[in-house]
Amino acid sequence: MTTNSVAPARMRQWRIFSGLSGTALVGVAVTIFLLAFLILPVLKVTYVAFQDPSTGALTLHNFGDFFRSSLFRSSFVNSFYVSAMSVVVATVIALPLAYITTRFNFGGSALIQSIGFIPLIMPPFVGAIAMQLLFGRNGTVNLLLSQYLGFKIPFMEGLNGVIFVQSLHYFPFILINLSASLRNIDKAMEESAQNLGCTGFRLFRRIVFPLAMPGYIAGAALVFIKVFDDLGTPLLLNVNNMLAPQAFLRISSIGINDPMGYVISFILVAFSVFSLWASFLFMRGKDYSTVQKGDGGLTRRDLSRGEKVVAYGVIIFILLLVLSPHVGLALLAFGTIWSFSPLPDGYTLANFATVFEQSIQYVTNTLLYAGLAAGFDIILGTAIAYIVLRTGIKGRKLLDYMATAALAVPGVVLGIGYLRLFHSLDVPVIGKPLASWWVIIVIALSVRRLPYALRACMAALQQVSLSLEEAAENLGASKNRSIRRIVVPLMAGGILAGFVTSFATAAVELSATIMLVSTNDDAPLSYGIYLYMQSPSGRGAGAALGILAVVIVGLGTYLSNRIIEKDRARKAEVDLPQ
Amino acid sequence: MSRKAVEIQIEDLHVSFGSTKVLRGVNMVIEPGEFYAFLGPSGSGKSTLLRAIAGFGPTPVGRILIDGRDIAKLSPWKRNVGMVFQSYAIWPHMSVKANVAFGLEERKLPRKEINTRVGAALELVGLLQFADRMPSQLSGGQQQRVALARTIIIEPDVLLLDEPLSNLDASLRVQMRRELLSLQRKLGLTTIFVTHDQEEANTTADRMAVLDGGIIQQMGTPQELYDKPANRFVAKFLGTANVIEGTLHRGENGDTFRINSGEVLNLNSNGSVGTSLILRPQNIEIVKSRDGNDLITGKVKHREFLGSQTRYLVEAAGNELIIDQKHVGGVDWYEPGMEVSIRINTQNAVLL
Repeated sequence: MTTNSVAPARMRQWRIFSGLSGTALVGVAVTIFLLAFLILPVLKVTYVAFQDPSTGALTLHNFGDFFRSSLFRSSFVNSFYVSAMSVVVATVIALPLAYITTRFNFGGSALIQSIGFIPLIMPPFVGAIAMQLLFGRNGTVNLLLSQYLGFKIPFMEGLNGVIFVQSLHYFPFILINLSASLRNIDKAMEESAQNLGCTGFRLFRRIVFPLAMPGYIAGAALVFIKVFDDLGTPLLLNVNNMLAPQAFLRISSIGINDPMGYVISFILVAFSVFSLWASFLFMRGKDYSTVQKGDGGLTRRDLSRGEKVVAYGVIIFILLLVLSPHVGLALLAFGTIWSFSPLPDGYTLANFATVFEQSIQYVTNTLLYAGLAAGFDIILGTAIAYIVLRTGIKGRKLLDYMATAALAVPGVVLGIGYLRLFHSLDVPVIGKPLASWWVIIVIALSVRRLPYALRACMAALQQVSLSLEEAAENLGASKNRSIRRIVVPLMAGGILAGFVTSFATAAVELSATIMLVSTNDDAPLSYGIYLYMQSPSGRGAGAALGILAVVIVGLGTYLSNRIIEKDRARKAEVDLPQ
Repeated sequence: MSRKAVEIQIEDLHVSFGSTKVLRGVNMVIEPGEFYAFLGPSGSGKSTLLRAIAGFGPTPVGRILIDGRDIAKLSPWKRNVGMVFQSYAIWPHMSVKANVAFGLEERKLPRKEINTRVGAALELVGLLQFADRMPSQLSGGQQQRVALARTIIIEPDVLLLDEPLSNLDASLRVQMRRELLSLQRKLGLTTIFVTHDQEEANTTADRMAVLDGGIIQQMGTPQELYDKPANRFVAKFLGTANVIEGTLHRGENGDTFRINSGEVLNLNSNGSVGTSLILRPQNIEIVKSRDGNDLITGKVKHREFLGSQTRYLVEAAGNELIIDQKHVGGVDWYEPGMEVSIRINTQNAVLL
């Protein structure tokens, strides 16, 4: 620490903390940040939900009002119904895929991997409008159906549309978790049951299914929460009688003093926490990873010719479904007019020209915000990971819990909390409230993405054997020096992957952003897409922006996978004996 | 590189992980220039003790004096105690040269001096031609040499080796332990190494401490500990031991030891007392003759041919005794089931 150039006041400040080590100081700073931008906003929202708007006294009145209103009651029921049905539909999509990859010698598993990957590179709200043009009442599929078969299927009618779009987007969470836990079941589990006379469906019910259950529940809980909290998809599909859109509409149309927005926020948070807690309770003590050293997994068998046909049929059908938002978006972006016809009338690049001429600021803003947020995330993530895993600082676990708690806070709620807390807090020099300064969007994004970056950093740090750090200290490097010269360089691959993931997901986040954008010039991509998609004439340009978003996210995801693979390969070369 | 070797003194050292006491009052003095071994089973606290000297693990209670200076509360990087880790801990993102130079860079030495000393250290461990390799291109034995060069280059006051041979294959192990010893002698460094292998400790250590349950059971040269174990744990941990229970009787014409099954052995107790007689397998012999007042009869239960000797398990005097007979050639052995006479040589027995 260079102290000779700092002002006396600063020095006194340092002295207050003189009893604390450098890492502890960092921990304190991180804690203050999380308190200010995560915990406090949520507490504020909760507090306002229980506050009488005119007198300020604590009351349950607002909740009474909420449940007396038929609109809110139906919103509540709709949100619950949509989330539950999305889990069901996502399960129906994921189950056969997981089963085929883990139980059979199947040549097309690369195909299945890409099926599990394609939806993730496009946020659901981006493809929502395109899905309407493909599957809506007068969309491609229904036009063809009524022309040749004389009937239509209401894929996209009201809540159906939300369920359809959401489950197509979120089923990979179930697929990934379920296949992982199926793959972690040791062959011996199955063989010993067979040895004891248990086979067929009974074997599945008594051994395989219970062992795979924790993975399934983890994925299903995640899907439930994500759908329950999502704002963008219902908003773009114009389905407003759900909780998150109601919270947004109340605050944006009536104002930040309307208590209903806060009541809804509280319910959203409570539900998220409850689902996470329930899945945690279910999974406690159920780490069923049973694979021994060497090759594990259940016995696979070859498919017969007929079974192969069925398997490929199922997979190609799902692949088409999964690709439909992307195809629809591309048609919309490159099409001229697309209305009441199976395909656009003609093709053009005009939409992209419009975007580059009029609204390139959305792209540059996004690159700036997501870049800053992701950079901030990996700094926070590395610091927290180090403190939690490598120091004995009291309360370090709490830091981990706090950062992870951001998972349970929907973007709308965070946005509303920031508005309420910071709308009257003027930032010096620029003379604007913090809540309408673009930096608040960066902060919101970094808080929202911190849990993911933190997991990446923790995983990276766990790869770095403690003795590598100790060896540096033993040779005379101080704590800070050995972190800088040994720990961080060795974590670099993992940290970089965390950065890219944070960046790619922050680039297309809508729910917190939509609350915090104050002027069009400060708006990022996702907000731009939302604006364009509001009018039929803007859809083409909106889709063009959407394509740009998909390219950014896709590139980011690809890069992060490459980095992780390269890093793993490099680590594997130095086979440190344990 | 020759510097004055230093003494290590440990006074009443306690280390706990939470409520688990891992070291419970360790006291020892390690002489300057000694090659000292910490020997014990896993969980005995030997690695914890070594790591406490290097400054890793929970802060200990008690004192660790190196050359008279208490370092027990110092940060690891302020101790100048060199440690070679069990996993070698070679940093995979740095070349061999960079790994070895690390400590000197931290000490902010001029680049020119660092380069010369890195060269010298690599030459000392025979890896000069590998200086630019990455660790992933080295074998296990080479990685260990890098770890060694990286540690001795800082000219530590003390060298600590954590299970230095456990990750090498058997043939390399014998060669490496000789190299370690000759390197240590060349440098004259006070060196401690941790091992669970008594042969490793016996062959290399000047003196050693046997640990169990966080307590030093006994200290001394390998021979002292083998011949005069202080307790049953040490006796059994350092090689095979027969334990015969009985009672000691002092008499005018010398002492006798009455085995619980009734046999009486002549014994010179030298004033020591106890109820168990500790005997090494080579202190009992099977004899051809059937008569003699010091003979005990027994029955062969089992036989193992070990090359230079044959090991018998003989049921006698209410015990199953392990007996080693030197093998010089020819077929001269006893079949399982045979009745034999054995002679117990109490001269080197230990009474506990």
